[in-house]
Amino acid sequence: MSGAKGLDLTLKIWRQKNAQSKGKLETYQLNSVSPDSSFLEMLDILNNELIEKGESPVEFDHDCREGICGACSLYINGEPHGPGKRITTCQLHMRSFNDGDTIYIEPWRARAFPIIKDLVVDRSAFDRIQHAGGYISVNTSGNTQDANAIPIEKEYADEAFDAATCIGCGACVAACKNASASLFVSAKISQYALLPQGQVEAKNRVLNMVKQAEKEGFGPCSNTGACEVECPKGISIENIARMNREFLKASIAE
Amino acid sequence: MSKSKGLIKSHIVKKYWMAFTGLFLCLFLLGHLAGNLQLFIPGYKGQLQFNEYAVFMTTNPAVKLLSYVTYISILFHAIDGIVISVNNKKARPQGYAFSRPGANSIWSSRNMGILGTIIFVYIVVHMQNFWYLYKFGEVPYQKAEDNLSPLLNDGTVVKGGEIINGEVVSNGEVIGIAMKDLYTVVLDGFQNPVLVAFYVIGMVAIAFHLVHGFQSGFQSLGLRNKKYSPMINKAGFAFAILVPALFAIIPIYMFIRL
Ligand code: HEM
Ligand code: SF4
Ligand code: FES
Repeated sequence: MSGAKGLDLTLKIWRQKNAQSKGKLETYQLNSVSPDSSFLEMLDILNNELIEKGESPVEFDHDCREGICGACSLYINGEPHGPGKRITTCQLHMRSFNDGDTIYIEPWRARAFPIIKDLVVDRSAFDRIQHAGGYISVNTSGNTQDANAIPIEKEYADEAFDAATCIGCGACVAACKNASASLFVSAKISQYALLPQGQVEAKNRVLNMVKQAEKEGFGPCSNTGACEVECPKGISIENIARMNREFLKASIAE
Repeated sequence: MSKSKGLIKSHIVKKYWMAFTGLFLCLFLLGHLAGNLQLFIPGYKGQLQFNEYAVFMTTNPAVKLLSYVTYISILFHAIDGIVISVNNKKARPQGYAFSRPGANSIWSSRNMGILGTIIFVYIVVHMQNFWYLYKFGEVPYQKAEDNLSPLLNDGTVVKGGEIINGEVVSNGEVIGIAMKDLYTVVLDGFQNPVLVAFYVIGMVAIAFHLVHGFQSGFQSLGLRNKKYSPMINKAGFAFAILVPALFAIIPIYMFIRL
């Protein structure tokens, strides 16, 4: 016996020409897909077939294909990044599916993430949130102090590092019933709030980043915890509690 | 530098109020439950004690103040809840064709608005059933153990007195306000199986609301740490099940008692 014969799949994929057009789910049949291929490779195979047939390929986001850049998105079978926890779509493999399966593939859905084409959405709202306060001001004129010169308790350093592992993929927004960006924003706030270097701008940081997120159209947080479950980096909603705390402190002091 | 007007407009602030009022209402539930459990005291003693308690609850100025705070909390919580629910929906104008929300969150957490609406309807009907009737409706009056003499609001038995327009009259003279018999109103009310079912459904809604709501309130206020939060979550779950269950047993007990 040679290896598995491969999976015959029915794909239901969201196709939309541009931001203005309406878009709809299209059905594609793809046969003999190797269970060893990754999900994105499966889409590459589909796109090759489409190109050969003279149809336009399915647009989707990807870059590193090793779970570090956050570019790949896709709402697969009702969950961001598909079945499986703590992975991005590029880390998802076809062995997670069965022969004969129907797979729904949709873009992130959020007012703040408008569709550009097919499965690609505009996530620049995250950049603008980051610009609103996700930084520390350090003089880089040549005599910059080494960050390691400041002693930091290991517990805080670890927690700040955990928060900093957020790759800005947007799965938290996609998973949330309110399309809230609270997990992302709180991770970006926490990575500074936990460190001495972040204290100087702490107050304005939390006020401005939260304000920007709301301006972009992300929803309120209902504490469902869906974001934490779907986050490929396992960012904890403890960060959201910290953001709520920091916001209260900063608002009262304002 | 920044003038962000955070405290007025932010979603987060709306959630502080939601959590603050919600957790206050949890305390109110405890107090209310303690009062209701007196309905389990059997016989004349229980009847008298409950009716004396009803007088206390409607006349004591501190209780009155607290009751206004409670009404305001419920209204504020409900209005804030509607505003938040509308904002929740606005953030995703177009939904998914296929979604599995159960894969990452519990049902209660996604349906707080629906549960809250059921609770609100419950509260309105409940107020009409007992509170409105007690204050403004036709109710029977508490009698002394001889099953004849009326009682004053302070518990004094007036031998040979009669009740005219809610006042105890003896020898043609008004002596005071007659004690109403809320106990019998409750007992009679819960002979109706539809009302019993309605009350049980109301309590089930509160249970589901609090399975998510109790711990969510702490999270919204930023009250979370590694040591205490697991305890808060467990206590919250126990509260969410036990308190509504004890409330719900009362109408069932009254229904099957006779
Ligand atoms: C006995 C009555 C009630 C109690 C004890 C109660 C308690 C709570 C608590 C503790 C929360 C969590 C707050 C948070 O997430 O920060 C909550 C949330 C909520 N409540 Fe209530 N509640 C009650 C009645 C109501 C009513 C009457 C409504 C609406 C008509 C309502 C609507 C909501 C909504 C929509 C939320 C969630 C908001 C969100 O996070 O999206 N509740 N409630
Ligand atoms: S918090 Fe997690 S899910 Fe959200 S953007 Fe960061 S890595 Fe992605
Ligand atoms: S492509 Fe970079 S994380 Fe998936």
